[in-house]
Amino acid sequence: MLSIGLGHYLTLAAIIFTIGVVGIFLNRKNVIVILMSIELILLSVNINLVSFSIFINDLSGQVFTLFILTVAAAEAAIGLAIIVIYYRNSGTIRVEEIDSLKG
Amino acid sequence: MIAHAVVFYIFSLIAIVSAIMVTVSRNTVHSVFFLILDFISISCLFIMIGAEFLGMIMLIVYVGAVAVLFLFVVMMLNVAQQKNEWFVASDSSSHIPIGLLVSLVIFSELLIVIGGWKYKDKLQASINVNLDLNLTNTQSLGNVIYTDYVHLFQLSGMVLLVAMIGAIVLTFRKRSGVKTQSYLRQISRERNEGVELIDVETKKGVKIDA
Repeated sequence: MLSIGLGHYLTLAAIIFTIGVVGIFLNRKNVIVILMSIELILLSVNINLVSFSIFINDLSGQVFTLFILTVAAAEAAIGLAIIVIYYRNSGTIRVEEIDSLKG
Repeated sequence: MIAHAVVFYIFSLIAIVSAIMVTVSRNTVHSVFFLILDFISISCLFIMIGAEFLGMIMLIVYVGAVAVLFLFVVMMLNVAQQKNEWFVASDSSSHIPIGLLVSLVIFSELLIVIGGWKYKDKLQASINVNLDLNLTNTQSLGNVIYTDYVHLFQLSGMVLLVAMIGAIVLTFRKRSGVKTQSYLRQISRERNEGVELIDVETKKGVKIDA
């Protein structure tokens, strides 16, 4: 309990991942919160990679985390741009009212 | 060791609570604030575990760029005033129990994997890139990134470039009825389309723009 090992970090990452997934599933608000949940999921993946990299003593995990960070930033930029043009075209970004695909 | 554990529990508790608040809070601006708090506490964990460079980069990229971007978009779209309920009863709310069930299953699967996970026997010995304890984390990452991973590094730069161009192209729109300067038309004017020489007859005057 008092000695923090790899399992603690992995459990923290699992909890944050699940919170992100719950945020995507149960969102009743706008699409921006879904994007934030995706950021949470990517963050938990980063926690996994960094903690493995530290505890196995291998740098590749941290390099990979750097690339995930890049992709996450790009994804946030594109997603927010899509949200902006969707709002401009349809006037709402509430999840319930985005149903033009009739899914 | 005890201080390490206490700090870990404090930061992870803050991270988990703020992650819950990101999804639960009704105001989108509050969600963004809790997202920033989450990133900050996770980057503190990274710094504590020994990955200082990534912790700092997380602060710069997420808190400095991505969260501010989120705040800008929230501000621009005027969704902060929408006081929408979480778990609000509506026609399409029948997927909430299924969603909770699926996420519970995902969480228990992750816990099972973590609990039953063991190192492979030869894993510790079969590592190519060992951490040199004489170098700092930033130095050793730089040694690796600019040599072994240089192509991937350049490719990630290309990903950022494409994202930038894509965001600009997506949100760009031509406005009609706005008077703007056209440099090309200005510098490509010829003499005979700008000036017209007219012989004016005496006592007749001349009609302009006839």
